[in-house]
Amino acid sequence: MVTTRARGVRPSRGYRIFQAVNAVVLTGVVVVTVYPFLTIVARSLSDNAYIVAGKVNLVPRGFNLTAYRVVTSDPAFWTSYRNTVVYTVVATIVSIVLTTCYAYVLSKRHLRGRTALVGIAVFTMFFTGGLIPNYVLVTSLGLKNTVWAIALPNAINVFNLLVMKAFFESLPVELEEAAAVDGLDTYGTLLRVVLPLSKAMVATMVLFYAVSFWNSWFAAFLYMDRQDLLPVTVYLRNLIVGATDATQTGGGLGADDVVQSAATIQSVTIVLTVLPILAVYPFIQRYFVSGILLGSVKG
Amino acid sequence: MERYRKFSTATVGARMTTQTAGRRRPWRRALRRDWQLYSLAVLPLLFFLVFRYLPMLGNVIAFRRFQPGGSIFGEYWTGLRYFRLFFTDPTFWDVFTNTLVLGALTLLFCFPLPIVLALLLNEVRSRVLKRFVQSVSYLPHFLSIVIVAAMVMQLVSVDGTVNQLIGAVGAEPVPFIQEAGWFRSIYVSSEVWQTVGWGTILYLAALTTIDGDLYEAARIDGANRWRQTWHVTLPGIRPTMMTLLILNIGTFMAVGFEKILLLYNPLTYPTADVISTYLYRVGIVSGNLSYGAAIGLFEAVIGLTLVLSANAISRRTVGTSLW
Repeated sequence: MVTTRARGVRPSRGYRIFQAVNAVVLTGVVVVTVYPFLTIVARSLSDNAYIVAGKVNLVPRGFNLTAYRVVTSDPAFWTSYRNTVVYTVVATIVSIVLTTCYAYVLSKRHLRGRTALVGIAVFTMFFTGGLIPNYVLVTSLGLKNTVWAIALPNAINVFNLLVMKAFFESLPVELEEAAAVDGLDTYGTLLRVVLPLSKAMVATMVLFYAVSFWNSWFAAFLYMDRQDLLPVTVYLRNLIVGATDATQTGGGLGADDVVQSAATIQSVTIVLTVLPILAVYPFIQRYFVSGILLGSVKG
Repeated sequence: MERYRKFSTATVGARMTTQTAGRRRPWRRALRRDWQLYSLAVLPLLFFLVFRYLPMLGNVIAFRRFQPGGSIFGEYWTGLRYFRLFFTDPTFWDVFTNTLVLGALTLLFCFPLPIVLALLLNEVRSRVLKRFVQSVSYLPHFLSIVIVAAMVMQLVSVDGTVNQLIGAVGAEPVPFIQEAGWFRSIYVSSEVWQTVGWGTILYLAALTTIDGDLYEAARIDGANRWRQTWHVTLPGIRPTMMTLLILNIGTFMAVGFEKILLLYNPLTYPTADVISTYLYRVGIVSGNLSYGAAIGLFEAVIGLTLVLSANAISRRTVGTSLW
């Protein structure tokens, strides 16, 4: 569209000034977005004395890897990392199975009661039970301190459900009719015909769920009482809020050093937590964009 | 007269039975034909029932005495006791005001800025550059709120970048995170940082659907670029704008609960404490679950009312609505 707009017309002087200003503004956006990452990396590699003196911004000062060694030698850090992986895998599997099944059912236009089934899901987008009743429920079901407290209460995200439903609706009806002629029942059609055709969609959903479970912290914060059950997000939260005793992380350092090392330790933990997301980001980004767009058409 | 009445009820009754029977038969047929499809819906429905609708009913504890370990629906009726309790609680009105202020500020910045950024991106000639800016600006969306909060705390700490800039102009460092007066700015900036790029996606998609001929026609009519933007581009993305505005209004009352919980501290409660964080402390930390549920119910009802009215107003005035 942009190109059609400009074709054949020499841009006016005002427009060229606008283009220049625009370039500056967008550069500013990029800088402001990226800067926090860079400064955290710089702090994680710096000497405490320079950080406390307020001298570290983009370039590490007093370069050293001590803080990395301290954090990576803390068994609690690795336990929490393993917990995050386990919770993400389990919760994502539960979510994918439930979302796929329901989305497939909702995509069948001929199905009696379909509108009601859609309504049951969509209504929960606008009205939820709220924090306290959910807490009471999860507690009384005895899910506390289990992975199910994280996986079950958020098993179906209605937005994801609608995205997947829209996708299934876009598949040609003839395929499933052919499957029925070949003698496949509903389960067979879903498993052998529909899902193989939906690999990209399922992959997108896996990413949607996996990223959200990887990033989540509040459910674990609420329902996990034991230190060895915390995911890495809660580990980091305890570090920044100071609930975790800094001396534990500091290991053999003296008391004064421990207080000072907090800034580097925090930065290192941030870097190590954000690293997996940054590593996969370039590959998953476009799936997210296409998923959002597919969802917005129908949702 | 008496006989007539009997007669009429009898016919009505008969008509009703034939109707229900007629209605039941397709259901039976549907079940026989599609039982496998229905069976696939059983587990998801169970999920919605247990983890979405049961908690809605669980709100009944707002009107009942709840005992830990007892029934999730409470023990006995207490009427509006808990509602009276928070309506007369001065802290509640403080957090209510904070919720409105933070919600309004968030809406004021986080709703229009993605539109502006999308319009700016739309004017970029170089496809590579545009892609690059987009990719970078989406990045914060993928981060955990904990990471964002941790980054914010580092940036505004006494030795952080913001205070380095302040120091460069010769002023004293400010302990931002401990000052109630700064909380709103910090919260809204971090919210903008995290959402503005991602928010452009739908607008950029909507912009590509605007018919190029409209620009052509506007130019022939002598419209310069500002007028083209005003009269062609903005009306073109208006449905998207309205939809997102309604959705934003829907989350108005629940303003960034998790982020506030991470960023605030007792020193900043005067500006930072909102309804959701207050009910978390009252309900879960202090264990007054019924009181917390009453506050939560109040919040949810206001939230639902806001979406419904925004939706209705939007449908009447510009013809865009969610459903």
